[in-house]
Amino acid sequence: MSTRRIPPAPTGTGPRPLDPWSPLRQLTPARIALGRAGVSLPTARHLEFQIAHARARTAVHSELDIAALQSALGPTAAQLLPVTSQAPDRATYLQRPDLGRRLAPDSAETLRAARSETVPDLAPDLAIVLADGLSALATQSSAPPFLAALTPRLREAGLRLAPLTVATQARVALGDKIAQALGARMVMVLIGERPGLSAADSLGLYLTWNPRDDSTDADRNCLSNIRPGGLSFEDAAHRAAYLAREAMRLQLSGVGLKDRTETITGDATPDRIA
Amino acid sequence: MSSYRYSLGQETFRFDDLKALMARATPLRSGDQLAGVAAATEVERVAAQCALAELPLSVFLNETVVPYETDEVTRLILDRHDSAAFAPVAHLTLGDFRDLLLSDTVDSAMLGALAPGLTPEMVAALSKICRNQDLILIARKCRVVTRFRNTIGLEKRLSTRLQPNHPTDDARGIAASVFDGLMYGSGDAVIGINPASDNVATMIDLLHMLDALIAEHDIPTQSCILAHVTTTLAAIEAGAPVDLTFQSIAGTEAANRSFGISLDLLEEAHQATRALNRGTVGQNVMYFETGQGSCLSADAHHGVDQQTLEARAYAVARAYEPLLVNTVVGFIGPEYLFDGRQIIRAGLEDHFCGKLLGVPMGCDICYTNHAEADQNDMDVLLTLLGAAGLNFIMGIPGSDDVMLNYQTTSFHDALYARRVLDLRPAPEFEAWLDRMGLMAADGSFTPAPAPTGELSDTLLRLSDA
Repeated sequence: MSTRRIPPAPTGTGPRPLDPWSPLRQLTPARIALGRAGVSLPTARHLEFQIAHARARTAVHSELDIAALQSALGPTAAQLLPVTSQAPDRATYLQRPDLGRRLAPDSAETLRAARSETVPDLAPDLAIVLADGLSALATQSSAPPFLAALTPRLREAGLRLAPLTVATQARVALGDKIAQALGARMVMVLIGERPGLSAADSLGLYLTWNPRDDSTDADRNCLSNIRPGGLSFEDAAHRAAYLAREAMRLQLSGVGLKDRTETITGDATPDRIA
Repeated sequence: MSSYRYSLGQETFRFDDLKALMARATPLRSGDQLAGVAAATEVERVAAQCALAELPLSVFLNETVVPYETDEVTRLILDRHDSAAFAPVAHLTLGDFRDLLLSDTVDSAMLGALAPGLTPEMVAALSKICRNQDLILIARKCRVVTRFRNTIGLEKRLSTRLQPNHPTDDARGIAASVFDGLMYGSGDAVIGINPASDNVATMIDLLHMLDALIAEHDIPTQSCILAHVTTTLAAIEAGAPVDLTFQSIAGTEAANRSFGISLDLLEEAHQATRALNRGTVGQNVMYFETGQGSCLSADAHHGVDQQTLEARAYAVARAYEPLLVNTVVGFIGPEYLFDGRQIIRAGLEDHFCGKLLGVPMGCDICYTNHAEADQNDMDVLLTLLGAAGLNFIMGIPGSDDVMLNYQTTSFHDALYARRVLDLRPAPEFEAWLDRMGLMAADGSFTPAPAPTGELSDTLLRLSDA
């Protein structure tokens, strides 16, 4: 049984020191060696958590700023086609995934009009959809630099692109409806992933060949954790272009299409791409 | 199949069958709304609860909510029903059953004897006519005690699963979190890793690491890698040191099929793990996880409400004498449990139903960032479940799972619960903490300020490597 003494009250307002094994923090991103006040979290650690949670919540409830996205895509980018799902607001979106997978009627009309402007015999190979998903912040910040890395690769592959759409209150399967309305042979959905406490700007990518109303996850190829500090924009663009080329060649996607690319390492830093 | 009616004043409510009646009687949650089975109005919900309260318990043996012919979980429930254990309450209505369980004449021994006579549908229906305080008071009388290298579920004890997850399964990163948890007195239920990849080689490496740690420091606990049951079977085949076999389970055959499992496969895993004979004080070798909404998510819900389906998963669990069953209550997201209020209610229901069925219930008291919930809601649920006598919770550094991206209870949270509710770790583990100088067995739950003795050698090894 140890003797306990009341320690002298800490001076100043700074955080209490971490536990003595705090050097172990370099081994993991987990919140270890936080120290304690009694048996509870010290104030500074408690408030750090609150900040991280508030940021993640903000990401979930953030709205896509389409004008800012348009200007971030650069002056040469074509006009974005804005569409929305049948979920009228975030609260509904979060509770009704089925509505987030269906196109709002006027959005279907927008897409049909865009399709009628294209030459009938030249159906696009690929429709790219920028979707808010569970983090519009991710789409807002990560989609432009990712597209800057991806677009030259797709041009090089000779893929014919449908007009770029931006979809709000959107789930992955909304892309299937968008691609069908645009008459595209495959769809690539870039979507904000569910934010964690350490990263709220993670982008997911889903590629679906021959999208239909009954396409399932087994029909899609996915890349996740696309963000600075995660899967880099260059590496993700390399893999995405590979998947799109292979889907065209094999006329399929999903479990039958394996990612056989090597990881790009080294000089492709996100800052330089942006 | 009969329909049910109930009149409140001028209004008469009709319910097509037992599953519709049970669904309408369920306290509001988003998953039942998504499935289209929730009551349309508050009044309809209470009418359904009134109708349920008048039903004889035997109804739940005579009318199935998922067909016997096409669902092996239904067959398991009915074929293994113990009618002798059920006999003392066979004559009761559900409402009278609630009154009996709340009465002072019912104690732990009676509830333990009754458990094999109860079906998940009975206890799910019962929960629907209980307030939160009833769920706590009745569950608190249940004792489900299990053993492997220590004793879990004793009265006034609360154990923790140390959950040292790492985004890339890095062995030293995992070891650092394990060390942190042990310093805070966590890990008596299990040291259990969710691997980032379901890969046999990675799993075997991690099993050897945890096995060495437990052996080196003679820790009275068990390890588990939460991979698919087939991956664990492959590891057992390869001679890896498997203490517990893990699997996610659900309440219908179709949902289990979507998880890649069947009851036969679980039995095979149960036997293979028992045959390793690695327990020292007992042979409960299975660890199951569940959660409301999994059947709906797998499109395998048969029009049954998600809470009843969850209780059916506990009937699956109890067939394999598990050491631990964990309802991961807030992980699935707001389309199934929308906010803190719904998560809290579901956590209390799950614990209550599991305990009445004789299952060693713990709870992953958790939420995701897209649910309308926060740390305060988790504090409430932790305190309520602690009062209800749950067997174990998760323990994770700073509540933040950096691999699964959700928030669950921290090492600090467990110390809070132990202190405020006067709950102690498993006795063997408590003695070890005392012996190691990590935490005196004096009920103060104060961790040592710095690692002592052998554990500081581990620390040095980790930081030098």
